[in-house]
Amino acid sequence: MIKETEGRKRGEEAGERYDYSDGFAARARVSLADPKLRGAVALTSDNKVEVRAQVMMSLKDPEGLQDLAAELRDAVLARLDEHLERLADNWEARGGRVFFAADAAEARDYICSLARKHSARVAVKSKSMASEEIGLNQALAAQGIEAVETDLGEWIVQLAGEHPSHIVTPALHKTKDDVARLFSEVAGERLPEGARALTSFARERLRQKFLDADMGVSGVNFGVSSAGAICTVTNEGNARMCTSLPRIHIALMGMERVVGTWGELGVMLALLGRSATGQKITQYTNVLSGPRRASEIDGPDESHLVILDNGRSRVLGTRYQSALRCIRCGACLNVCPVFRQVGGHAYDPVYSGPIGAVINPLLRDDPQAAELAHASTLCGACTEACPVRIPLHDHLVRLRQDYARKEAGRLEHLAYSSWARAWSSATGFEAFARLNTAVGSMSRFASRKGIPVPFLSRWTKERSLPGFPPSSYRRLRSGVGGLGRRTPESSED
Amino acid sequence: VKVLLFPTCLPDLFYPAAVQAAERVLARAGCTVEFRRKAVCCGQPAWNSGHVAEARRVASGALAALAGSAPIISCSGSCSSMIHEYWPELFAGTKWEPAAADAAHRVREFSAFVADELGVESLGPARLPQPTVAGYHDSCHMMRMLGISDAPRKLLAHIEGLELRDLATPTRCCGFGGTFSIRYPEVSAAMCDEKVDDIAESEIDVLVASDLGCLMHICGRADARGMPVRGSHVAEILDEALGRT
Repeated sequence: MIKETEGRKRGEEAGERYDYSDGFAARARVSLADPKLRGAVALTSDNKVEVRAQVMMSLKDPEGLQDLAAELRDAVLARLDEHLERLADNWEARGGRVFFAADAAEARDYICSLARKHSARVAVKSKSMASEEIGLNQALAAQGIEAVETDLGEWIVQLAGEHPSHIVTPALHKTKDDVARLFSEVAGERLPEGARALTSFARERLRQKFLDADMGVSGVNFGVSSAGAICTVTNEGNARMCTSLPRIHIALMGMERVVGTWGELGVMLALLGRSATGQKITQYTNVLSGPRRASEIDGPDESHLVILDNGRSRVLGTRYQSALRCIRCGACLNVCPVFRQVGGHAYDPVYSGPIGAVINPLLRDDPQAAELAHASTLCGACTEACPVRIPLHDHLVRLRQDYARKEAGRLEHLAYSSWARAWSSATGFEAFARLNTAVGSMSRFASRKGIPVPFLSRWTKERSLPGFPPSSYRRLRSGVGGLGRRTPESSED
Repeated sequence: VKVLLFPTCLPDLFYPAAVQAAERVLARAGCTVEFRRKAVCCGQPAWNSGHVAEARRVASGALAALAGSAPIISCSGSCSSMIHEYWPELFAGTKWEPAAADAAHRVREFSAFVADELGVESLGPARLPQPTVAGYHDSCHMMRMLGISDAPRKLLAHIEGLELRDLATPTRCCGFGGTFSIRYPEVSAAMCDEKVDDIAESEIDVLVASDLGCLMHICGRADARGMPVRGSHVAEILDEALGRT
């Protein structure tokens, strides 16, 4: 039997499956070698894509609503400072407190010092990717505070000592069997495998945690600046418990997650539920506006809103600004053919899939994050799925430009400049074509014989080479570029 | 109609028969087909890898060579979308900017040009001698950036003796992605395996596509797995059918 608090520690062993100091290819290999994981990811993704497509049809004008949502997000981003100020003022006017955290460390320190001040021992958490981003659970644990995830999926990955593999459904990569085994270990007895039995086990365990908790930490789906309110959406009601039962509530919000008005919130919620889980609206839509007032019977004594920058303001005003429109629905992950094969853990411990590949390099200056721009075929399925019209694949191309400038090695630069020199003239290309014909037949022979040809072997280890034709089209057409005769060309201007 | 046939590098080097087929189909439909030797490559390999200067250097050769007012016909959906979607950005702020905007406006993907501008009736009857079941794979850039998915199917529907059978997931990426395929070969192959399995389950005789990059990848992977797939550019199967009537 294992203790729940040991999850992280125990999982650090399991977590070692993915090495985040290594490249995407190595992590992808871990997932590719796990057919169960791939099956789980494919099954759930397919299901999500299907239900989303259906429920989008229930909108009168789905395309128009998505255009509108993109416009509204842009309008907020254009005046983000004003919106945040208004949100903070209005939140404070209702007795809440606001802390602007410039980076992850500031956010962690603020939350940990609050916990110390109130001698908190147990903190219950509702789902928050921002809290993953700042490594809050580990920071609280270091202070001797037990942080318990109360979203079922988050609890599962916490018990397993893993990171969420999907921004909406953190345990997407796990099968029901995996969960049954994990819960049985936690329970110290074999639990029946049915979903009902497993969820009631979770409910029983988590209920006690809610009652024990001194502190509740939640994410924020949207802040409504004109109202000084925050909104969280869940399907389990756990956010309500986290934000109203404990004495202290701390809401952690990425600074871009603001809308101006209730009307704008309506637009976002209509798209968020549909895009994330194929629901017209989630089971619980929670609006909070500060601590319990004298006339009220429940609610926290203190409500803290932590507004997190952590690299976001650097993105404002750049060609990547539209990435901050993101409402964290996960639709781009669900349609991504790369995510489908490798799951979320291959990308990054926090944000995975196409949106992760875009925002990780923007929020964090490190080579591992930068490499993620290449973890895409640029098929554009993500852009097509995005309900706030983020041109994700275009951003990936632009991030590759940054990567080429900052990270690419000399060999890569040499390869592209030699290529450009050869292919920028017809004669250069035709020389290449002749070489291609000659080398092509040799390398085919070589690869058949299992002789590795550098670079080409990256192709041939997984696929056969195409048949090398005896001459290029241009040679057939105008007699140039082949191995044999040359004739003056006919149709040049 | 005078047209400029821009084979683009990959078909030019590896699939000359497909380019020749496109040339014959265009001629059959009444086009005067011009080939300009200095039009080599659209620059996409470097552009998609973030090497902008190199992309511009290569693409400027093609841009200069393709001057004029005639439509530019490419046998690659992907190269067509590079020209249409990204040349204006690639050449923005250079002396080539107006020419790039013009080329972006003139470029046509082969099947869209034939089906939607020339019209299938311009081809005359097309018939395959053997009843053939074909599946069509939508290439990502052509479908999502250019919005072309009906045109190649219209051309295939025009062929007598050809039954077009839907793949289970015709629009899912095959995992090629240009340099992606050699940067992450295992992921790329895993993606392709789903495509190859889809093709096998569909029990088709030939896989048709409008991008030879996809076909090179899918057929190459299928062959490496010992379950060869016959691939055909839409121009090739159309040309074959036209040749028999």
